[in-house]
Amino acid sequence: MLNIALVKMRDMGGLLKANALLLLLSLSLFTAGAFAAESMPAASTMPWWGWAIALFITCFFLGIVAVPSGVGGGVLFVPIVGGFFPFHLDFVRGAGLLVALASALAAGPSLLRGGLANLRLALPLAVLASASSIAGAMIGLAIPAHIVQIALGITILGIVILMALAKKSEFPEVAQPDKLSSALAMNGIFHDAARNQKINWQVHRTPLGLMLFVGIGFLAGLFGMGAGWANVPVLNLLMGAPLKVSAGTSSFILTLVDSSAAWIYLNKGAVLAIIAVPSVIGMMLGATIGAKLLHVLKASVVRKMVITLLLFAGLRALLKGLGIWI
Amino acid sequence: MSEAAKDSHISVEQQRYATLLSWGSRSGLAILVVSFLAYVLSWMPARIPLDQMPDVWSMSAHDYLLQTGAPTGWQWLSLLGWGDFASLLGIAWLSGASLLCLFAVIPIYARRRDWVFVGLCIVALLVQFLAASGLLTAGH
Repeated sequence: MLNIALVKMRDMGGLLKANALLLLLSLSLFTAGAFAAESMPAASTMPWWGWAIALFITCFFLGIVAVPSGVGGGVLFVPIVGGFFPFHLDFVRGAGLLVALASALAAGPSLLRGGLANLRLALPLAVLASASSIAGAMIGLAIPAHIVQIALGITILGIVILMALAKKSEFPEVAQPDKLSSALAMNGIFHDAARNQKINWQVHRTPLGLMLFVGIGFLAGLFGMGAGWANVPVLNLLMGAPLKVSAGTSSFILTLVDSSAAWIYLNKGAVLAIIAVPSVIGMMLGATIGAKLLHVLKASVVRKMVITLLLFAGLRALLKGLGIWI
Repeated sequence: MSEAAKDSHISVEQQRYATLLSWGSRSGLAILVVSFLAYVLSWMPARIPLDQMPDVWSMSAHDYLLQTGAPTGWQWLSLLGWGDFASLLGIAWLSGASLLCLFAVIPIYARRRDWVFVGLCIVALLVQFLAASGLLTAGH
């Protein structure tokens, strides 16, 4: 009895600590954003290393919240860094792609080995999305930055609505696979550690899924964001892949989609190491902490915090693009 | 026993892909960190001095190229002696990490006469090579 009470108290203490950490994180992110925004007109007064450190710290915090909230780091990175740091959006998008790519590459091997990412499911979708991400990257670098900024703001606000409203289905029912997915054998088995059982899965509505991935790849290249926010609902809710397989396969798809777009940004001189590398390292270290806090933090609270952050960043991008809040 | 061996439902090609992707991403990150440290700690000279970066990073990529004379395409390879361009090696390595993996699974699909996936891998490689080639041009 006493043991149970002690365990409960310890759990509550952990939860309190986690929520205090969360509050600190959200305050830090808002403060960093506001500070950077205030500093922008006098950007030259801050030395390069000050910006590099601010970028590293911001990405570290973004990495912590990215994992428990279930969104990729890239989707947080582009609007927040694009809105509150003095870097041109071209370089922010180039760095955003690398942040998303590095995170996906780090997770990819274990997802493949664990069966949570599936090569047969991913390859057909990734080929189309990679090709369209090249088109997105080229168009993104060709049109004026304020147009991209407005479109980014609208897209981020759309993601906020999607995140707030979208439902998830852990094991969607697929009564019969469609002809295309049967021909390509887009099915598999994964071991669900939580239930300690092997789950057979198959997908349907593949042609529509392929078409949507063309659009998703285009947006990934255009805005330099990872596209997990769109990949997962299409794989899970539309095509009927189990939620864990959808999340794992989505991450793996990004290794191909983001690399195609990243080459375009790299070839066009839109990748600056001083912006990209601190971002990648900060995000990856933060994500490592985030993964460890996954069991302690309350995912719904983190998710609400991320939705608020994205709402703020989306409005900032939109108003910045419209020239209202420079 | 390895994770892959325990999960016998993981296909051979998926296991091979995972192994190569792991090596590619780890080595890419190592190159990225080492070259970046060499750049910011001035172990290597910077072609565009670090203290001038705040003057150029607010420009569009097009204006930045005009202002600094920085190279486009693969020309940065000839500037690897400079810290700012040596750092791009790690970035390019990470961007190309999937190429070897795609190459490596083609023979497995071919042995199984899974020609659709052989074709998909070849198309995926062509898309990656096209993107990396620098042949596709766009800009402000």
